[in-house]
Amino acid sequence: MDWLLEPLQYAFMQRSLVVAILVGVICSVVGSYLMVQRLALLGDAISHSLLPGLAIAFVLGINIFIGAFIAGVISTVLISLIHTRSPVKEDAAMGIVFSAFFALGITLITAIQKDNKIDLNHFLFGNILGVNASEVRDTAIIAGLVLLSVALLYKELLFYSFDPLGAQANGLPIGLLNFGLMVLIALTVVASMKSVGVILVLSLLITPGATAYLLVPRFHQVMLLGGVIGVISSISGMYLSYYYDLPSGPAIVLVVSGLFTLAFLFSPTSGLLTYARTPSGESQVLQSLKRLRWW
Amino acid sequence: MTNFTMTETAPIAVNHLSVNYRTTQALRNINVTIEPGSLIGIFGPNGAGKSTLVQAMLGLIPVVTGQVSWGDQPLASQRERVAYVPQRSQIDWSFPATVWDVVMMGRVRQTGWFHRFSVPSRRIAAAALERVGMSEFRDRRIGALSGGQQQRVFLARALAQRADVFFFDEPFVGVDQKTEAVLFQIFSELAAEGKIVLVVNHDLGESITHFDQLLLLNRELIDFGSRDRVLTPTNMTRAYGGHVQFFSAA
Repeated sequence: MDWLLEPLQYAFMQRSLVVAILVGVICSVVGSYLMVQRLALLGDAISHSLLPGLAIAFVLGINIFIGAFIAGVISTVLISLIHTRSPVKEDAAMGIVFSAFFALGITLITAIQKDNKIDLNHFLFGNILGVNASEVRDTAIIAGLVLLSVALLYKELLFYSFDPLGAQANGLPIGLLNFGLMVLIALTVVASMKSVGVILVLSLLITPGATAYLLVPRFHQVMLLGGVIGVISSISGMYLSYYYDLPSGPAIVLVVSGLFTLAFLFSPTSGLLTYARTPSGESQVLQSLKRLRWW
Repeated sequence: MTNFTMTETAPIAVNHLSVNYRTTQALRNINVTIEPGSLIGIFGPNGAGKSTLVQAMLGLIPVVTGQVSWGDQPLASQRERVAYVPQRSQIDWSFPATVWDVVMMGRVRQTGWFHRFSVPSRRIAAAALERVGMSEFRDRRIGALSGGQQQRVFLARALAQRADVFFFDEPFVGVDQKTEAVLFQIFSELAAEGKIVLVVNHDLGESITHFDQLLLLNRELIDFGSRDRVLTPTNMTRAYGGHVQFFSAA
């Protein structure tokens, strides 16, 4: 156990641990909505769009979390503007907006990097061991806001996610709910950029929920189990980063992807190796392989 | 004819309703008054604008002209009293929700923001599930049910809303006979309770005899009224363009 506890005597590791837990929980909870609404790409779009806001905030000397959040919200507004006011489809609009924002962000950060103590790589790939006290505080505030909102709006967001038309016909303000969800996603991604980085945060948004989805039948269970999976992954990633000097983002993502693979193979209800669907009892692997042969 | 004292539910008045889908006209100048207390079927060929009519009445899609009022207010501003069951194809059946979760969605509006579901709400939902004969499936994942069972769960959700206006879009698509019987039974009961019950359908078969009134649509209102009035060769030709067989039992 020493290898687990020994690093925690350092203040920077304690800060990292707090951030790892908070980020693991909120990414999984908010990401569950993205997964069930098939909006994974939107998570990617918002996260890549944060960079220019972050850079501008840094130059202006204001809190980079605020700058990044504003850029994230602007990007979702632009995406919906393009896809509602032109024949361009939503996925294309996302591709256009997020790559443009990302390019602008890289350009700005590269330019200011020369004279300032700011490292682009930390925002791209995460540097959980480098979070300072004020970042811990901001992450905690965001996590509190996000979890409170999800708890208070749970039943409305569930109805809206499952049956948007039925929810709208029953008088729920689905435009407002959708915008609220986008704000929660932007907040979550902002809180996660120091630990996983904007490029890989999508993984921590989608994979824990998707893993839980293979194991439990109800949405709140997907969120809760997803949260546990997210926390395990981000703490493991933190230790990998500490012992092997890896950027924390890729370390976290490798762990969570490994957990997904286990669920994909061994889930009691849908695992590739454990669940036989055919009356003959033939395993799915065999069926899949037979099917593959023809492709 | 009308007996408001018994029903309390006002009629829905559709006035000069027109809807465009991109550049083509989907609905042209629909005028109709829908009284409570009868089971109304909305019929017409594919692309006649049946679902569009329902969605436009509820204010779910933009209209070019026209108003839909219920009592002295627009229907769209009284949606907490409306239950709407969309077409099967609109729903992601792999969603992680159980039968119970879906039925409880019918209690969301009545429960209100920031409140937990109350015990009476749970009782109402349980009774609705019982009424459609799906109580024993309460903890099943919605995606694990048959099409007919799924449709009955959605009917239970609509019942749990305790609404006064019910819209069902193609509820009979892909359902078994038992479900069809349950659906028609409950639709008739709702109508008899003085609710407004509108059912989009396209099947001109035997089941048409269950409807008290028919609304025949093909981008414009062709006719509205009793079966005898609506199911005339002239009307059917206007709606379906000639060769169509329909169930003509009086």
